[in-house]
Amino acid sequence: MLTYTIRRFVLAIPTLLFISLVIFLLLELAPGDPMAQVPLTVPPEVKEKMRLALGLGDPTHIRFGKWMWQFFVVEPMTFIDWLFGTAWAEGQQRVLSWQFRSPVMDVIVQRMPQTLWVVAMSYVVGILIALPIGIYSAYRQYSVFDQTGTFVTMVGYSVPPFFSGVLVIVIFSVQLGWLPSIYDTTLVVVDWATFKQQLMQMVMPVMVLALQTTAQISRFMRASMLDNLNQDYVRTARAKGLSEWSVVMVHVLRNSMIPVITVIALGVPSIFGGAIITEQIFKVNGLGQLLITAIEANDLPMVQTVTFMIAVLIVFFNIVADVLYGVFDPRIRYD
Amino acid sequence: MTETPKPIAALADTGPTAPPRSQWRDVWDQFRSHRGALIGSVVLILIIAAVFLGPLVWPYDATFIDIRARNQGPSWAHPFGTDQLGRDTLARMMAGGQTSIAVGLTAMLLALVLGSLVGVLAGFFRRLDGPLMRLTDLFLSLPLLPLLLVMVLLFRESLNGVFGPETGIFILIVVAIGVTSWMPTARIVRGDVLALKEREFILAARSIGTTNFGLITRHILPNVMSPIMVSATLGIANAIITESALSFLGLGFPPDFPTWGRLLNDAVQYLQDYPERVFWPGLGISLTVLSINYMGDGLRDALDPRIRGR
Amino acid sequence: MTLKSLMLGATAVTSLASMAMAERGADGHVNLIYWQAPSIMNPYLSGGTKEVEAASLVIEPLGRYNTKGEMIPYLAEEIPTVANGGVSEDLTSITWKIKPGILWSDGTPFTANDVKFTAEYCMHPEGGCAQLGKYEGVSSVEVIDDLTVKVNFSQPTPVPYGPFMGGQAPIIQAAQFADCLGAKAQECSAANFAPIGTGPFKVDEFRPNDVISLSANPNYRDPAKPRFATMTFKGGGDATAAGRAVLETGEFDYAWNLQLAPDVIANMEAAGKGVAMSAFGTLVERIEMNLTDPSPDLPEGERSTAKHPHPILTDMRVRKALSMAIDRELLTEIGYGKAGRPTCNLVPAPEIFASDNTDCLTQDIEGAKALLEEAGWTVGAGGIREKDGRKLSLLYQTSTNAVRQDFQALIKQWWSEIGVETELRNISASVFFGSDPGSPDTFPKFYADVEMYANNFDGTDPQSYLAGYTCEKAPRPETQWQGENINRFCDPAYDELVKELGRTAELDKRGEIAKKLNDMLTKDSYTIVPLVDRGRVSARSNTLGGVELNTWDTELWNAADWFRIK
Repeated sequence: MLTYTIRRFVLAIPTLLFISLVIFLLLELAPGDPMAQVPLTVPPEVKEKMRLALGLGDPTHIRFGKWMWQFFVVEPMTFIDWLFGTAWAEGQQRVLSWQFRSPVMDVIVQRMPQTLWVVAMSYVVGILIALPIGIYSAYRQYSVFDQTGTFVTMVGYSVPPFFSGVLVIVIFSVQLGWLPSIYDTTLVVVDWATFKQQLMQMVMPVMVLALQTTAQISRFMRASMLDNLNQDYVRTARAKGLSEWSVVMVHVLRNSMIPVITVIALGVPSIFGGAIITEQIFKVNGLGQLLITAIEANDLPMVQTVTFMIAVLIVFFNIVADVLYGVFDPRIRYD
Repeated sequence: MTETPKPIAALADTGPTAPPRSQWRDVWDQFRSHRGALIGSVVLILIIAAVFLGPLVWPYDATFIDIRARNQGPSWAHPFGTDQLGRDTLARMMAGGQTSIAVGLTAMLLALVLGSLVGVLAGFFRRLDGPLMRLTDLFLSLPLLPLLLVMVLLFRESLNGVFGPETGIFILIVVAIGVTSWMPTARIVRGDVLALKEREFILAARSIGTTNFGLITRHILPNVMSPIMVSATLGIANAIITESALSFLGLGFPPDFPTWGRLLNDAVQYLQDYPERVFWPGLGISLTVLSINYMGDGLRDALDPRIRGR
Repeated sequence: MTLKSLMLGATAVTSLASMAMAERGADGHVNLIYWQAPSIMNPYLSGGTKEVEAASLVIEPLGRYNTKGEMIPYLAEEIPTVANGGVSEDLTSITWKIKPGILWSDGTPFTANDVKFTAEYCMHPEGGCAQLGKYEGVSSVEVIDDLTVKVNFSQPTPVPYGPFMGGQAPIIQAAQFADCLGAKAQECSAANFAPIGTGPFKVDEFRPNDVISLSANPNYRDPAKPRFATMTFKGGGDATAAGRAVLETGEFDYAWNLQLAPDVIANMEAAGKGVAMSAFGTLVERIEMNLTDPSPDLPEGERSTAKHPHPILTDMRVRKALSMAIDRELLTEIGYGKAGRPTCNLVPAPEIFASDNTDCLTQDIEGAKALLEEAGWTVGAGGIREKDGRKLSLLYQTSTNAVRQDFQALIKQWWSEIGVETELRNISASVFFGSDPGSPDTFPKFYADVEMYANNFDGTDPQSYLAGYTCEKAPRPETQWQGENINRFCDPAYDELVKELGRTAELDKRGEIAKKLNDMLTKDSYTIVPLVDRGRVSARSNTLGGVELNTWDTELWNAADWFRIK
């Protein structure tokens, strides 16, 4: 298993380099212009000069080489500098955003807190709710609990966040006036009062996002449990006189985890992709809003960097899932 | 007189009175006895009938603007009310349903077939696992919006030329959604297949000389049905919503072409003033997804011989 | 009861008193929301409206336009004119006198050197300055003394108010930006995010595309201003949410540019927490006719070029009929409400430049039909007109935007009434308004028959705006599809008249020529079919005072005068 894991990590490097090239070429090919948001009153000749100032005059391969150098050499050096106070990256150009004319990484770091508070938290909440729902729904298939759960999760999943988000705002902010409709990213939690404030502004976006996660994961959990509950080994386990709890929660659950692990591992990278629509509705301004505004503004260095970092996470969690398969089901052998 | 002894009735052979029951007959019987599945199928058929046959009898056209009748609530003339330009919401729901259901079903099927194929091949053949899963990683990593924009740029004109504008755009949208949403299914199926192929019954089947094709179709696929079914139900909701997002990019159908996703999206800004406008498309999408979900449940139970026997 | 009235009286007195001896920062905190978030605080590097507006809180020009479009001095003593000797008789130079005693927010004095530096910064050939158009024709900027600066132009310039005038051309501090000239401009993120300015506020923290925290400038020239000690400038979301936060929940004090359906705004206002304000500028929503053939059958590089005239739209009668079929009153009512006025003009304001062209305001379906008959288009199968076997069928494109899609649907219906078949297409704004030569969907490339969008001009003079419609400004492959004349309109008489406008200094005469140019594009040729003169709608809460919505300069032009109504 260890050699397998190491081999996968080594193989990940060329994969990621290839992915970064494909993303770059895709963005190159996509129609769009970083000057699209500049008002029409600015003459075309001036826009052309602005494009040249962004480095758009260079041929594609040179710009890709530049990005590679800046991302894989200069940015890690800057990070080391920041960590140890050295000055390796002094004078080197970092990956600059076309919209902000500032290092892309600084903005990404700035967006981390709200993304983690809202998107990651909703993911954790969603999983924590989904697993018990899925397990119990399968265990008591077609009970009232199962039927209600199915109904609520499926309706929840088919209602897109652009609707459910606005709906909760209208109810809880406009009608009842309990919760703020706009997320304050500058809020720093220092004491009880600010913690409470943070909690209040988090409730609605977390609720909306967790609904989607819950729906998805609980469905897979339920289906997978159902597959296993009728297997012969379950009968054997019961016949041995094991308690119902250990039959379901140890034997069946462990064997049902494979699709659920896949789904959970698939979702983790998308946390860092942010939740575009929900962030927009609640004005959380996390990584999702960063990515979508960058795409709209054709801020290629920003889009390239953010999507590449997501790609790294996708590949990484893919490996994690594969390793976990082996842990949950020792029969699975890769070597 | 010797009488030949009468044969003992109980020992007499009786020929089979009914022809042997096929497996699919059993499946159908089980499916029929599943209440949820039955209701689901009926509702889905009703929805499909309503959206495809409804426009034949309903007098209003989905794109006809009657500016004097705008923002009306439900009435006899307009049972679902009218929108901000005075277009009849019922007519728009029916026209929108045609597109949404057609796009949702085909895109979901495409994603499902692609995903299951990649997943089974990657899980079953170790040599294909590496390349196919790296391909999946690549597709998962590509940013969706630029990818879609590139697809339109490259294929819109040529598809329009070959199939005409409407079919051309339909194909483009279905392919765009299908190609960008098969990856989760592939990964889930592959995970299951990896575990399945080490089980004893596969070994047994292999030892009696079953070919790989037979192994996959008879032994592997039926056992990964349930995650595929779940992917299908979630996928159809996803496809309907994604279609509405596409039309915002100018990638979807022409702007006066209603779809459920677009109706929902347009209605959100009127949520407080005319809540019924959000209700109808939301109901349409939810009902379709729910009914397909229940059908999936019933099909899963029907295909599982352990449950079928009970 | 007496106690209550006493208390009320007391509060009235205190509020009056606080008015009288107003003190900087006395009114605490103010919250602004812009649904498009500013990405940088340097308007020279972005040019976007949101960046220009955010920056105007911090950095100021020498003079601004007020709500009526009149020039008023800000950092300058007065607006230089020929009459007061500030502008030379031959119109080749303008001399600005700076108010004495102005300090930057870091306490250093503001001098003519900063003004000269600003021009150098923007005019640097490698800087990629977005406002270069403002400095067009400037040959040099001379510092006469600490408080006097002279701008020389290479040729007579009748309107010398491009440089240092209005929100797009504010003065930046020479000391702060000294190392940011040319290519280095891109790397100065600290300065670009928090420029030192002379305006009422200074930047405490700038989070790109998210939120700006500002506080009162301690060295602002008026000791009583600004009344707010701190300001939060939040960005992001959508116009509906911004309107809701001010008008319905009262979380914010000011919301910018509420592009929403009029009944949505009216319903929000009914909550009673704030008011929506509107004002008009020069923004006109229009339909542009393509005078060249966009047919996909033509070889790439010849589509939509002057080589192939448009088979349908070259006939002016067709263009006129299309315009006559439109009910502009109704469009305005549905799409913009009080933030719109039906118009037939490309230049709707200021008054001196606006033509009295109103003949398009009444819809005339019958007249349109008659005109098409006259042009030889007869009704064929399915009610669609035909001529020589060609159907009268048009592709109508615009950017993705709820109001524009409603307009498309309405206009399609009217055109179908006169027998014109219309195919609609909407394109994401980031592609449509870009000018990627590789994309078929950009507005200058114009691979459609008609397209709709809005445009305006900066400041109060339409010269460069109208000059965009000369023959050589047509987008074509040789210009990488760049150019303002997207109709490919070409009339030597028009080009001649534009040249004449460039030579004329006398205001009345300029107005006359501009009106003539406007008419040549609109009612004389129907090349451009204006629909709605679009105003700006912004909302303020009931407790925010001093707001005057300005469409000629930035909306936050007088943020120093804002106060809390108590």
